[in-house]
Amino acid sequence: MDFSITQQFLQQLINGVSLGSIYALIALGYTMVYGIIKLINFAHGDIYMVGAYVAFFATTTLKLSFFPALIMSMVVAAIVGMTIERLAYRPLRKAPRIAILITAIGVSLLLEYGGMLLVTPQPRTFPALFESQVYTFGNIVVNSQQVIILAISVVLMVILTFVVQRTKIGKAMRAVSFDTDAARLMGIDVDRVISMTFAIGSALAAAAGMLVGVYYNSIDPLMGIMPGLKAFVAAVLGGIGVIPGAMLGGIIMGVIEAMVSGFISSTFRDAAAFAILIIILLFKPSGLLGKNVREKV
Amino acid sequence: MGKNKKELLSLVACIALYAVVQSLIMLDVIGPFWELNLILICINVILAVSLNLINGFTGQFSIGHAGFMAVGAYLGAVLTVKLQLPFIVAILGGAAAAGFLGFVIGLPTLRLDGDYLAIATLGLGEIIRITILNIPYVGGASGFMGIPRFSNFTWVFFATVFTVFFIRNFINSTHGRACISIRENQIAAEAMGIDTTKYKVMAFTIGAAFAGIAGTLFSHYFYIAHPASFTFMKSFDILTIVVLGGLGSISGSITAAILLTFVSAALASYPEWRMIIYSLMLIILMLYRPQGLFGNKEISLKIFGRLMGGNKRGNTQGN
Repeated sequence: MDFSITQQFLQQLINGVSLGSIYALIALGYTMVYGIIKLINFAHGDIYMVGAYVAFFATTTLKLSFFPALIMSMVVAAIVGMTIERLAYRPLRKAPRIAILITAIGVSLLLEYGGMLLVTPQPRTFPALFESQVYTFGNIVVNSQQVIILAISVVLMVILTFVVQRTKIGKAMRAVSFDTDAARLMGIDVDRVISMTFAIGSALAAAAGMLVGVYYNSIDPLMGIMPGLKAFVAAVLGGIGVIPGAMLGGIIMGVIEAMVSGFISSTFRDAAAFAILIIILLFKPSGLLGKNVREKV
Repeated sequence: MGKNKKELLSLVACIALYAVVQSLIMLDVIGPFWELNLILICINVILAVSLNLINGFTGQFSIGHAGFMAVGAYLGAVLTVKLQLPFIVAILGGAAAAGFLGFVIGLPTLRLDGDYLAIATLGLGEIIRITILNIPYVGGASGFMGIPRFSNFTWVFFATVFTVFFIRNFINSTHGRACISIRENQIAAEAMGIDTTKYKVMAFTIGAAFAGIAGTLFSHYFYIAHPASFTFMKSFDILTIVVLGGLGSISGSITAAILLTFVSAALASYPEWRMIIYSLMLIILMLYRPQGLFGNKEISLKIFGRLMGGNKRGNTQGN
């Protein structure tokens, strides 16, 4: 009896890590945008949906294989993200934050229902791009999709870390996030940096969207709502504005969710995410890896 | 004296309006479709005005209002269906339960501010809904069925009038002023000796209680309380009304509730366009008129009376 619980635990851990790496990819976009312009980009979850649909049409209509489709969906999503920033958020840079938040909600609804109008509300079957292989270790099952999700997420996160830490644009991003006005005085084109941040975040979300399509084989226009909210929770959990925090938060979130659906009930899965959010906000609002910042008058 | 007279006058205007509409309903001039929309307008007014108290007047950005509505809807239904209590008890019970929950939830979460509070309330609204979804006693995922239709125009209209008067008087009281001062500047309010937590929780509790009333009225009109009616999309609907009317304007919320209910009635055969129009409206409003139609201004009694009489000339430009 004890043996089988351990096994189930390990199995759920594996499921949780692969789900969690998807949350982590989405959470990165939230956290980067929040770090720079202090906006909860509600539309981010819908960018993930856009990415999944671009990948779907790239693989079915254009008959592309996995990697070209992945790159195409990331590029298209980056353009969509930059466009949204340019049209909806940039004019409000100096407006009260609530105004931008409401705009973000508006953009999110527009993408969801505009998407429904364009591609019909019916879920679509994502084509199988790989021959699914199942590896068993003892009684623990790992399938090839999970391996691919994990591998691609890790590669993307490594690239992101490299970009943020080692390149000029990454340095500019960190500077803007640290102090926007000082960065502007140093000659950094803040608008361009913000635009790039949206592009990178959106591209990562699109990759997550495609991976989810491959994993669950089904996509629909409202698919971005729940993962978007949960990824946001993951970003808060890790410490919003902190890039490694988003990765850690995403993984933890995925594991907790897998455990709740494995051991308690899958109907409580979504509630678990929000419960984590409330708990973290009450006890450590700066998140696991965040620093405490004192509010100044 | 002048104030009391005004108060009396608006009450008389409301009763006159009720008499006109009710007799039109009795005479079948207003058919079932428009009666439904009138009831929806009233319920939306209750929801929007109560959310406006939290979001517009106290400045606490809550987007979990549908959760409190759900509590009222379900508890009210339990009281009338399972316990066979009269409708008025159900309304009060729904309000009390939602208000109590608002108090319990508000106490810890209102320490958060801005976007954190927004996301926490969104999460709590969803937790409430998921919890209800998992209680077989109230029907679980298939919803609570077989609720008698106790709500009619009379109930709904007078509940709305009560809500509007209550919240307006609250805002004009010491407590309401304290709430507004929190919106204007929390730190300054605190420095003036205002117990900000107390007033934030108070506004949140009152707002939640009225959402509970709206929920009870809602479930007792549609025969059913279904978890899918209370998702955060519903919260966004209410938020759209409040923002369109103007954060901090009761007459704005009323006008926007009337306007948007008619818009969705007109788009009844194209439901997919409704949300697109709502979302575009939110974006365009924020870009060009972030304060909403009325800003935080109220329209005067004279125009108000005319507006309630069905004349839409009250669309004055605030600010």
